[in-house]
Amino acid sequence: MSDVKSILMVGVGGQGTILAGKILSMGLMAAGYDVKMSEVHGMAQRGGSVSNQVRFGKKVYSPIIGKGQADILVAFEMMEAMRWLEYLKPGGKIVVNDFRIPSGPILIGACDYPEQVLESLKTKADTTVIQAGEIAKQIGNPRTMNLVLFGALVKGMNLTDIDFETEIAANVKPETLKLNLEAFRAGIAALEK
Amino acid sequence: MKKLLTGNEAIAQGAWEAGVMYACAYPGTPSTEILENIAEFKADIIAEWAPNEKVALETAAGASVFGARSLAAMKMVGVNVAADPLFSFAYSGVNGGMVLVSADDPGCHSSQDEQDNRYYAKFAKIAMVEPSDSQEAKDMVRVAMEISEDYDTPVLMRITTRICHSKSLVEIGPRQEVGKRPYVRDVNKYDLVPATARKRRVAVEKRVERLAEFSETTELNSIEWHDKKIGIVASGVGYQYAREVFGEAASYLKLGFTYPLPINKIRDFASQVETLYVVEELEPYIEEQLQAAGIACIGKAKVPKIGELTPDIIAKALKGETIPLVESDPSQVVARPPLLCAGCPHRGFFYELSKIKNLMITGDIGCYSLGGNEPLNAKDTCICMGASVSMGHGVQKISDRLGDATKVVAVIGDSTFFHSGMTSLLHVAYNRSNTVSVIMDNRITGMTGHQENPGTGFTLQGMPTKIADIPAIVKALGIDAIRVVNPLDLKESREALAWALSLDEPSVIITRWPCVLKKHSDADKQEFGNYIGTCRIDSAKCIGCKMCIKTGCPALRFDKAAKKASIDATQCVGCKVCLQVCPVKAISKVGE
Ligand SMILES: Cc1ncc(C[n+]2csc(CCOP(=O)(O)OP(=O)(O)O)c2C)c(N)n1
Repeated sequence: MSDVKSILMVGVGGQGTILAGKILSMGLMAAGYDVKMSEVHGMAQRGGSVSNQVRFGKKVYSPIIGKGQADILVAFEMMEAMRWLEYLKPGGKIVVNDFRIPSGPILIGACDYPEQVLESLKTKADTTVIQAGEIAKQIGNPRTMNLVLFGALVKGMNLTDIDFETEIAANVKPETLKLNLEAFRAGIAALEK
Repeated sequence: MKKLLTGNEAIAQGAWEAGVMYACAYPGTPSTEILENIAEFKADIIAEWAPNEKVALETAAGASVFGARSLAAMKMVGVNVAADPLFSFAYSGVNGGMVLVSADDPGCHSSQDEQDNRYYAKFAKIAMVEPSDSQEAKDMVRVAMEISEDYDTPVLMRITTRICHSKSLVEIGPRQEVGKRPYVRDVNKYDLVPATARKRRVAVEKRVERLAEFSETTELNSIEWHDKKIGIVASGVGYQYAREVFGEAASYLKLGFTYPLPINKIRDFASQVETLYVVEELEPYIEEQLQAAGIACIGKAKVPKIGELTPDIIAKALKGETIPLVESDPSQVVARPPLLCAGCPHRGFFYELSKIKNLMITGDIGCYSLGGNEPLNAKDTCICMGASVSMGHGVQKISDRLGDATKVVAVIGDSTFFHSGMTSLLHVAYNRSNTVSVIMDNRITGMTGHQENPGTGFTLQGMPTKIADIPAIVKALGIDAIRVVNPLDLKESREALAWALSLDEPSVIITRWPCVLKKHSDADKQEFGNYIGTCRIDSAKCIGCKMCIKTGCPALRFDKAAKKASIDATQCVGCKVCLQVCPVKAISKVGE
């Protein structure tokens, strides 16, 4: 279905991809789209690789994104961008967080964290690297990193007309709202450059 | 009002709307959130965790026989555990409507096999519905309750991971108060002694015939005409994938009621299209029945039966389309297997276990399954819940008979022990195998996301309750050698293992420390205190020996260039396991 758009967010358990997916879906729903969102639970809590998939349009059938189908791939952790790359549509965009979370084999010294992830991604697709961790730290709370990435996603998909700030307010603790909104706006700004 | 709900949330909403009064389950991905969400309807529905799926189904059967609408939910392997009551409840039939939700897991996202539970409906001869999105999942609970009561059958609702965990829009409705039906003793129906069973056997066959007629006319099985060159018969999420891939270039017979199948409707549909495809995940359940009825179709010859389907797999299989991909660079990706959390109480004990030679470790299902991964590598087997203790018994009996040096340690979690480990341990005590069984009591059902269990002191709906006393149970089963240890204390763990392995009788070690992610109850706080402070490595003292790394803690990392280990303070909870293994005392605790 040509009018249906597919957004793939990937990362590591605990990075907040699920919250970002929820806010995204709620905003799209309020804007009148049919929306389907998919995530796989299970071992995610134990630091595994996680994905959150959102599809929207006039009428959406499949809740999941097949290989070669995502309009945008937003990676909360950089190695995960490479792991999920085959799901990107040729010509699609990558937004990748310049942020590393070493996996088990790397922690025990059996492998090294790959050195050329960002360079390699850039040769394969339209890739924007963002320092979401740094931006979140400057804002005052490293945990708002997911909202920075979410802002970048919204800009990357040209969805800035949708009122996501109301959805953010509905989904984060009131005392963290100000920082989360700042993070969201900083994410949009990061992609405007 | 419309809400964006997962299939599991939608089933909970559907149960409430359908007037369900009793719901029971044992947790298991991808089904767990069904009961967690039903539990929110405290005023209208009694919702409970059972110790296992057999009990869950039997309690729901009891509520149904007494006249209340009831529901049981489980992951697909749970239905194996509940198969005994399922097959005979299928004979006695219901009073109040009864729905069994089976959540299958194509692709084994979080399961030990990939079984297709649609065969259970055919095997047990009960009606089956298969939703393809959240709205249908909600609506079908009500329809299934009506079918259950009208046809006197338990109804199997078969869902899959993608139905459970995908969100789509659902129209919310009010609760239908159906009340309880009167109960009248009817031994010719509910008391399945052989004479009754023989009569009910006939009733079951008649029921299947009536259900087959229903299947031909129900709106759950609907045709969507477009281009007639290709016709697609599909059920569940397979329909959504096929509809996505073929659009209006094919006609669809979407099956929502899949046992018994509407064979005449399918035959008629087939006669009007040039080529008939069957799109179904896992086994050729529909296809086999079409072949048997002489309806020509193409299914598993093209659509894979192994693993989960996706739109691109269907496009490739049925349209021969190869979708262009952006190729990934494998040299720039390292695997990311799940790990025991930083501060997990299982780690310390597994570390000691991994050092013992000539040991066979029969494992079980839960977070402690991860003790078999690098770098702990402390596990030989894992087949199903409860099997650790009983398999260990089988090994030890043969090993001892043949004078082999192999000793067995079985490891099992608290929830798994309650589920089916208790009967296994009773066997060990009764038949006297010289095994060591370790009950890893982290005070919660960890793997599936922290559900209460009979040992935690709370029920699903938050009521304080009796705490099942594991040492007392073990003793009552006939085990005399019992030790309770703190698994974060390596010396205590090591000594307990050495003690147990030296005995000439069956023994049990209970490791008692709460899951690091558990929200501590008041009793937990009193017994275990709070985590305060973190561990730190003095890099001047670190000799790069990697002993701490061998505990497999995700907060620890090794810098190859500098040949030094370090600790990520944001992850460390200060459990001190690494501190105990450091040979040069380079690790200390700060902030205590
Ligand atoms: C028959 C069956 N039911 C449910 C499951 C899902 N399941 C896997 S592990 C687990 C719970 C394990 O809890 P526990 O034994 O306390 O160990 P923990 O994860 O807390 O270490 C469950 C419910 C299963 N695999 N098989």
